[in-house]
Amino acid sequence: MNIPMKWLTDYVDIDSDIVTFTDAMTMSGSKVEGYEKLGEDINLVVVGVILEIKQHPDADKLVITQIDVGSEVIQIVTGADNINVNDYIPVALNGSTLPGGLKIKNGKLRGIESNGMLCSIEELGFTTEEFPDAPAHGIFILDQPYELGMDVKKIFGLDDIIVEYEVTSNRPDCFSVLGIAREAAATFNKAFKYPEMVYEEIKGNPSDYASVTIEDEKLCPRYIGKIIQDVKIAPSPKWLQQKLRAAGVRPINNIVDITNFIMIEMGQPMHAFDVETLEDKKIIVRKAKEGEKIITLDNEERTLDSSMLVIADAKKPIAIAGVIGGNNTKITDKTTTILFEAANFEGTSIRLTSKKLGVRTDASTKYEKYLDPNNVEAATNRACQLVVMLGAGKVVEGVIDVYPLKRLPVTIAYNADKINRLLGTNISEVEMVNIFKRLEFSVNQEARNVIVPTFRPDLSCEADLAEEVARIYGYDKIPVTLATGTPTVGKKSFKQKIEDITHIVMEDCGLSEAMTYSFESPKVFNKLNVPEGHELRNTVAISNPLGEDFSNMRTTTVNGMLNALSTNYNRRNEAVKLYELGTIYVPKSLPLTELPNELLKLTIGLYGSCDFYDAKGVIETLIEKFGFIDKISYDPKIEVPFLHPGRRAGILVNGNKELGYIGEVHPTVSDQYEIGERAYIAVVDMSLLIKYANLDHSYQQIARYPAVNRDIAFLVKDEVIVQDIENILKQRCGKILEGFKLFDVYKGAQIEEGYKSIAYSLVFRSNDHTLSEKEINKVMSKVVNGLEFDLGAKLRQ
Amino acid sequence: MIEKLQEIKEGAIKKISEVSDLKKLDEIRVAFLGKKGELTSVLRGMKDLTNDERPLIGKLANEVRELIEDELEKAKKGLSGLAREHQLKTEFIDVTMPAKRANIGHRHPMNVVLDDLKNIFIGMGYSIAEGPEIENDYYNFEALNIPENHAARDEQDTFYINKDIMLRTATSPVQVRVMENNKPPIRIIAPGRVYRSDEVDATHSPVFHQVEGLVIDKGVTMADLKGALAEFARELYGEKVKVKFRPHYFPFTEPSAEMDVSCVMCGGEGCRICRGSGWIEVLGCGMVHPKVLEMSGIDPNEYSGFAFGMGLERITMLRYGIEDLRLFYENDIRFLKQF
Repeated sequence: MNIPMKWLTDYVDIDSDIVTFTDAMTMSGSKVEGYEKLGEDINLVVVGVILEIKQHPDADKLVITQIDVGSEVIQIVTGADNINVNDYIPVALNGSTLPGGLKIKNGKLRGIESNGMLCSIEELGFTTEEFPDAPAHGIFILDQPYELGMDVKKIFGLDDIIVEYEVTSNRPDCFSVLGIAREAAATFNKAFKYPEMVYEEIKGNPSDYASVTIEDEKLCPRYIGKIIQDVKIAPSPKWLQQKLRAAGVRPINNIVDITNFIMIEMGQPMHAFDVETLEDKKIIVRKAKEGEKIITLDNEERTLDSSMLVIADAKKPIAIAGVIGGNNTKITDKTTTILFEAANFEGTSIRLTSKKLGVRTDASTKYEKYLDPNNVEAATNRACQLVVMLGAGKVVEGVIDVYPLKRLPVTIAYNADKINRLLGTNISEVEMVNIFKRLEFSVNQEARNVIVPTFRPDLSCEADLAEEVARIYGYDKIPVTLATGTPTVGKKSFKQKIEDITHIVMEDCGLSEAMTYSFESPKVFNKLNVPEGHELRNTVAISNPLGEDFSNMRTTTVNGMLNALSTNYNRRNEAVKLYELGTIYVPKSLPLTELPNELLKLTIGLYGSCDFYDAKGVIETLIEKFGFIDKISYDPKIEVPFLHPGRRAGILVNGNKELGYIGEVHPTVSDQYEIGERAYIAVVDMSLLIKYANLDHSYQQIARYPAVNRDIAFLVKDEVIVQDIENILKQRCGKILEGFKLFDVYKGAQIEEGYKSIAYSLVFRSNDHTLSEKEINKVMSKVVNGLEFDLGAKLRQ
Repeated sequence: MIEKLQEIKEGAIKKISEVSDLKKLDEIRVAFLGKKGELTSVLRGMKDLTNDERPLIGKLANEVRELIEDELEKAKKGLSGLAREHQLKTEFIDVTMPAKRANIGHRHPMNVVLDDLKNIFIGMGYSIAEGPEIENDYYNFEALNIPENHAARDEQDTFYINKDIMLRTATSPVQVRVMENNKPPIRIIAPGRVYRSDEVDATHSPVFHQVEGLVIDKGVTMADLKGALAEFARELYGEKVKVKFRPHYFPFTEPSAEMDVSCVMCGGEGCRICRGSGWIEVLGCGMVHPKVLEMSGIDPNEYSGFAFGMGLERITMLRYGIEDLRLFYENDIRFLKQF
């Protein structure tokens, strides 16, 4: 909300400078976003009068003028053709500046000295729309003989400061000059001067002109109609135009300007109907009929539905209530009698109508905030007073006031001790009462309660009063204390600790953390090769998404990860390793009747200088950290549609629970994501990881007896996987096997087609004695037997 | 015999003084003191001496041996020193060649900052609470004193799944769930993802992160709120930071405030980041509205509390001077590696 200081100070005396003023307003709750000093870029532009105009000897289109600027007479050469001797005009003197950074200096034009410039309205930073009377690109002729040499900024209202306030949605009253003035008065403990609203009326009876019926009281709690006769549409006087311009509104004509003025000053939208255009002299506030049409003031035809409130006459809608007027009843040059509408509409209905129709007007923006129906009367009176003042018409006595749903002031009890206890302050009751009075509450000190005015719908309980006290007393004066109370121990849950460790392990493994969006397009399933009907496609869909790309809550984190890899690949970043701890959203049933499952997943993604076993290594490092690596096995037969069928594995705990999977990204999927290198993905379910993670293991004694090493090499068929070999090693060697290492896998010359040579180095150790040759040999022969029997291995000598 | 010994002594000293490397020095040792060495063979001839001569010659022979040994030792020390000196002179590497760094990964900047926040609040006795991102209307709005048709519902431009289920617009529903399930004293922070229907640009994202906090106990005051959050600001931005609390409006707190800190870029002088004001808005806060306490089953006559909330993106952008929020979700490794 932009409010000019000059307008504000009509109603409250402010003697502080602008910095002090705006700081204090911010601290009392009317946050100032900034302020603009008008005319700051205009300097040394003064009133002058033209004494003489002569033709330039060497240029047809130029004239030489002599200008009296008060202190001296100066010569200026100009190309203007709309000036006459004795015209008062704005003169930019030598050394002056104009909007846009233009600087005026003495010089010569076609050999003739020129010591300044005569200004057009554009050169002063305005548009001809703001000054409809000004000649386009001609010199602006002042309307009266101002004092010569006087700064023109005053004439144009440029000696003003426009302050921008951030008004919170609970304070609809502050969307107006008066509302902010009232706040300023309370803040600075000054008197608030309400505008005078005395005006003359002529005899008459409004009901002879029109009648008002409200069909929907909930949506229209109040409607006031006031009749103005003998309307004379004309431009507004300069002071009014200047006020509107300063507030950012373009002057149009006296009646429209008055309604705009009331909206800015009092926060109450108004509308004017041409009474003669009303069918049957009727105004009916009703819901629109389905499909009913109206051409609005912006010349658009609008189709209405039955949720929308309209103002209608006996036959047709004449305005969309609180949003925009209709063309059929608008004020024209021929209008002689008008009905001023000042009404109160229900906020949400206006908001929804405005949204549905895509029309947001100053009026609808105001109504959305739930205005005070008791402000309607004052607004009407102020409008009438202006009509009389401006000679825009004659006010017919009496008023049509339909007010079915009265808003009554609320009484709230206060207890100074309780307020102090909530704030941690020691403010006296007397001071609190003073603050209430400054805010225009009526205080009953005996009963210890206040009656709050109806323009403050935000106040309903004692905590609300505590805030009023606090903000006027000053938030900065509230002490700063550290809470005493019952101590609590700050801590992380086991789950949170596991997540912390996961972050650390991932980073130790060289992976950097990614964050991706939680929603994505349903098209990603095609990109990921996910077949129709696959369970991943059962997504929680957003009913009002920002677009298809943000329309479905993800059921897999892989798309996000592949996008991240793709972004990096396309930017030619080499060797990228990423991880994300992110949530997927899995519906229990569709359509959603209860909240879906939210499952945390660890996702890793790698490309460049890495292979499947790097990805597997990261996962095993993590699982080892959590102490259950012994429970892990791999299932190469899992179905994951976006992974390479020959290079993927399910990660199993205890041989059955699927903790997650690892794999090379399917080449088709890689192509679809435009990743030009082999990329690897692994996904781990964090809830299972947390379930199996064991951070409390006991220490194992370090064996003191020497270790014995044995190597073994054998041939197996290609399809035999080392996991099966290692299971045999573990089973057959028993407790004395300390470790083993696969050190060679070989295919080729000297090896039979369809076979591969595998070599392991085994380490044996016992906790309680030095192993004998005999013991080792016995175990080794068990191993060999096992390999031969179970896997058809042939020992290599 | 005496002459012989004298000769050996002089010969040895001369040879030792001429020797230039350790290997030769060892050869000299063998030549004189070894089993077949000159001095050894002289000593072997001792048995032929008379009883009178033997002690005399024996003493002399020992003196000679000791002298030679000393000389050998001295020479050895000298030569080792030379050799080490030579080694050190000739062994030279280019220390400006590339280091072999451990290839560790990097935390996302928002989580770097979040970890800091968590540590600060854990130090102040807070625990970390979590809750669902897809929420019921009751928790997201109703229980936070935002009834149907409340203006705040529109401001927050909510993503709906259906009439009753939506993506949470703040982490405040977690506070309600905590209040429902725990007895005071409560001290928690609730970090997490939240959703609002904002088009993606440099300062907006339909997905973003909040960190909210809640304290409920007997006798908690607004002065305590100021104290806790001022402490937090000092921990996060340093001792010199100044804080300012301004009145504001939130439906779920009363009184409500926004906290500004003196600009972290210019220290309060006024710069582009703080738009010349010297202050930066970092969080919203207030005393928990009595209706909110009541709805969650906490008696507002017995307990009071405060709540606060801040945007993690914003705090992180301020910390590192990041100007475009989209960088957080692009995951360009060149960006991530900086944190």
